[in-house]
Amino acid sequence: MNALRRHRALSRIWASEPGLRGWFTTVNHTDLGRMFLAVAIFFFIVGGILAMLIRAQLASPRSAFLGPDHYNQIFTMHGTIMMFLFAIPFFEGLAVYLLPKMLGTRDLAFPRLTAYGFWCYVFGGSMMIFSLLAGVAPDSGWFMYPPLSSTIGAPGINSDFWLIGITFVEISAISAAVEITVTVLRYRAPGMSLSRMPIFAWYALVTAVMILTGFPPLILGSILLELERAFDMPFFQVAAGGDALLWQHLFWLFGHPEVYIIFLPAAGAISTILPVMARTRLMGYGWVVAAAVSLGVLSFGLWVHHMFTTGIPHMGLAFFSAASTLVAVPTAVQIFAWIGTLSKGRPSLHLPMLWLLAFFATFVIGGLTGVMVAIVPFDWQAHDTYFIVAHLHYVLVGGFVFPMLAALYYWMPHFTGRKTYFKLGNTAFWLIVPGFHGTFLLLHWAGLLGMRRRIDTYESGQGWEAINLIASISGFVMSIGFALVLIDVVINAAVAIRGSRDPWKAGTLEWAMPTPSAPYNFASLPQVTSREPLYDAPDLPVRLARGEGYLGDPSRGRRETLSVEIATGAPRYITVFPGNTVLPMLMSAVTGLFFLGMLLKTYWLVPISAIGVICCALYWAWSLGGTTREGALPVGHGPELLTAGEVADPPGWWGSIFLLLANGTFFGSLLFGYVFLWTIAPNWPPPRYAEPGLDVALAALAGAGLAALGPRLRPSTGLLLLLPGLGGLAWAGIRILARVPDPTAHAYDATLWVLMGYALLHLAVALVMALFVAARRRAGHIGAIAGGEPRIARLWSDYAVLISGIAVLAAALPGWLT
Amino acid sequence: MHPAGPAAAIIATLWWVLLIGATAIFLLVAGLIAWAWRRPPGEVQERRFVVWLGLAFPLAVLAALLAYGLVIGERLLPRATPDLVEVRAEARQWDWRFGYADAPGRVTENQLHIPAGRPVDVAISSADVVHSFWVPRLAGKLDAVPGHVNVLRIEADRPGRYEGLNAEYNGPGYRDHRFTVIAHDAEGWQAFLRGERP
Repeated sequence: MNALRRHRALSRIWASEPGLRGWFTTVNHTDLGRMFLAVAIFFFIVGGILAMLIRAQLASPRSAFLGPDHYNQIFTMHGTIMMFLFAIPFFEGLAVYLLPKMLGTRDLAFPRLTAYGFWCYVFGGSMMIFSLLAGVAPDSGWFMYPPLSSTIGAPGINSDFWLIGITFVEISAISAAVEITVTVLRYRAPGMSLSRMPIFAWYALVTAVMILTGFPPLILGSILLELERAFDMPFFQVAAGGDALLWQHLFWLFGHPEVYIIFLPAAGAISTILPVMARTRLMGYGWVVAAAVSLGVLSFGLWVHHMFTTGIPHMGLAFFSAASTLVAVPTAVQIFAWIGTLSKGRPSLHLPMLWLLAFFATFVIGGLTGVMVAIVPFDWQAHDTYFIVAHLHYVLVGGFVFPMLAALYYWMPHFTGRKTYFKLGNTAFWLIVPGFHGTFLLLHWAGLLGMRRRIDTYESGQGWEAINLIASISGFVMSIGFALVLIDVVINAAVAIRGSRDPWKAGTLEWAMPTPSAPYNFASLPQVTSREPLYDAPDLPVRLARGEGYLGDPSRGRRETLSVEIATGAPRYITVFPGNTVLPMLMSAVTGLFFLGMLLKTYWLVPISAIGVICCALYWAWSLGGTTREGALPVGHGPELLTAGEVADPPGWWGSIFLLLANGTFFGSLLFGYVFLWTIAPNWPPPRYAEPGLDVALAALAGAGLAALGPRLRPSTGLLLLLPGLGGLAWAGIRILARVPDPTAHAYDATLWVLMGYALLHLAVALVMALFVAARRRAGHIGAIAGGEPRIARLWSDYAVLISGIAVLAAALPGWLT
Repeated sequence: MHPAGPAAAIIATLWWVLLIGATAIFLLVAGLIAWAWRRPPGEVQERRFVVWLGLAFPLAVLAALLAYGLVIGERLLPRATPDLVEVRAEARQWDWRFGYADAPGRVTENQLHIPAGRPVDVAISSADVVHSFWVPRLAGKLDAVPGHVNVLRIEADRPGRYEGLNAEYNGPGYRDHRFTVIAHDAEGWQAFLRGERP
């Protein structure tokens, strides 16, 4: 079989459906990555237009352009859109597109999940856009502090759009994060050990794990606030035992890691692009990886620096101030490793490199002002002024937008297969960078002169007029520059001439394929022996196209790729991917109905759509794998391998592990909230604690024992133990709820309802999964008989047992202690 | 940035130190990039960049800075002193009410009276949403959180009127949610406490 025939055969197997239908049924990471990026750019434009409205309003004192009601919606939505609907999805899109290509594999671990996340993002984002067009957008600031964002300060539907819409969009962040984590760990080219991974993959891995542990506190906060707004459960109302500070902790527990979730992918792009631009290799690979990991870890220890002015005790301030300055160290390691890389290479001034220089100039200033506000006394003056506005734009635009523009121009030949022919991008550069500094540099000073953020207009005579006028004019110059970038990209994508395969002479695997890439990425998978495979073997692309690598034989007629051992990259099993399907879009539409029912308070829709989601999910899982045992199959080289359906740790098991990591963080945040209210909130203790009797304790203990033991026995007897076990735990939870019948009475009662609700939900999930696997067994599915499906179900039932046990204990503890 | 009290003055000095230090570091980094750009290609010592510049340099600078910040932070704390004046500030959408320990029952709206030259502890609370008490020329800011009382130490060097602001966004009336601090000389303060209009 020659290369062209192989290409045709593989394309038939892997291609998305033609025409419009293909948009809705594709599960291919190349298509979905492009779609993610396009939608993220759309939201960037919307957020940018809002920014222009803000600058138009602030250009002159006593402006009557916008009233406070509109202005408040506009600045809230500007922040919300840029953070949640542009920055994170843009990273997801880039990672979805690039990772499999860089890692030398054919798709992400869960193709249908990619599509599901994408559609959740589109539908959730549409909700937010609708609220903006209808004039009922959130108006409490992008960090939504209650009580202002709750029923007291915002009785309308505005806040609900934020809480429900953003939570809907977060589904896409969580699914992309699970996907990226599993892909980086298990889906690489054979021989690509962890230490041979492209540096971008390390950054993506750290970022994805941070999303899994950083987003759950926000999702919890949003759910609690929505419960307060919709059902009057008083988590943040001080009179009924709640505390407004709880929101601030949960929000910034997410919000600070978020900053690094945005910066790290950009740093990954820089570490990839800069060595190529300097025609050398990255200095200190190991140090840079260590710096990225320690940034990820440290970033969870400094959320309180957003709350220095809330009356935190002095010792606490000192600790968080130290942690906040410490985080500058791993950043410095990366910056100086990059400068060292430049010095050992021969840098050339292509457009991506120009953007990297803009990154240095901007981000270093943002980092230095960041160290300033980490010093508590200074923060007391600068907090909530334009100094902070300027600082955060230096960090986010300098640390994310500029590197992403470098990435855009660096990988554009890959996206389009064309040369970057028109030079509009250079003009745009010289508009955007001076425009940016003109907008924000002087605003630091306005902040120190007392200009507060979020004021809709100001009086003249305070020394701010000139600064604001310059800022507004520069802001418009900057947006003209962004418009030029957009035009440049469209023209280059549409009409530029065809380019060569590896225009930058890079060494990573995404350039070892023809561009634009074929839907299957690699006609056969390479054996990797170093970090830059293309430098070792310049003829690698030709050899792969000839089918000399792994899985070059398309005769099995299905989408196959290899799954490898985490550390060494040795091939372990064959994964068979599902084909095109409309199911992910359908399921996310039904998920959207669930959120819509919550938003419009048409509560009959909520359980119906929840059942709909469960049906979709069951159908989704049922369609995986087959009923015939295939045994070990040839993969082209070396040993023959089993398919994923016949191994103990299929992709679903790994996906469950990381989903449970996020889920466990959610539960941990809930416990944190409970302890926080118990110890800090003013109106505690509640009038009375629930005091569960011996019956509850016994039911919970017996239930936990049976449910933990069941899945470890033979399937038939196991189910007989598991079912009453889950039932006992559920009964204990319901008995506790009976003792706190009114969740609106006190934050304590409300918290118990959420704890028990969470436990009951997971007991139900464990039940459904156990029955599902039993049904699969009866139907003769190999995955349920010889494969890892029982282990996946066991993972979830063990988790349910663990958290219900803890929840019952946590509910009973205050009553027993007092 | 026109301090009129000890706390604001300390913070203003801190700002100038920070600005000079930050400018120096920025120029250092810019200079290094220019040097790296012009240097002919060839291997360089990784340790020099990663360990010395990347680890040791920021650790030393940050440790010094942190110590400085903590010492200042100690000095700004509301500690017991003999001539202390205690007032209360309660924020609501969108006005301020002030009460005085030395004149029980006396409440002023949107005007806070204090004696000049004496440390004043402001006990800050909120009647509805989160606000923040800020008199830029006298001291930093501290939030008014429902159900909590936060104490901020302020002091005005000289008698006069100082603009006070709410500094935490709190809805449509945020922009004009201001107050005035009136610092009296010793006589004026006594007159205020006796209930005479100043």
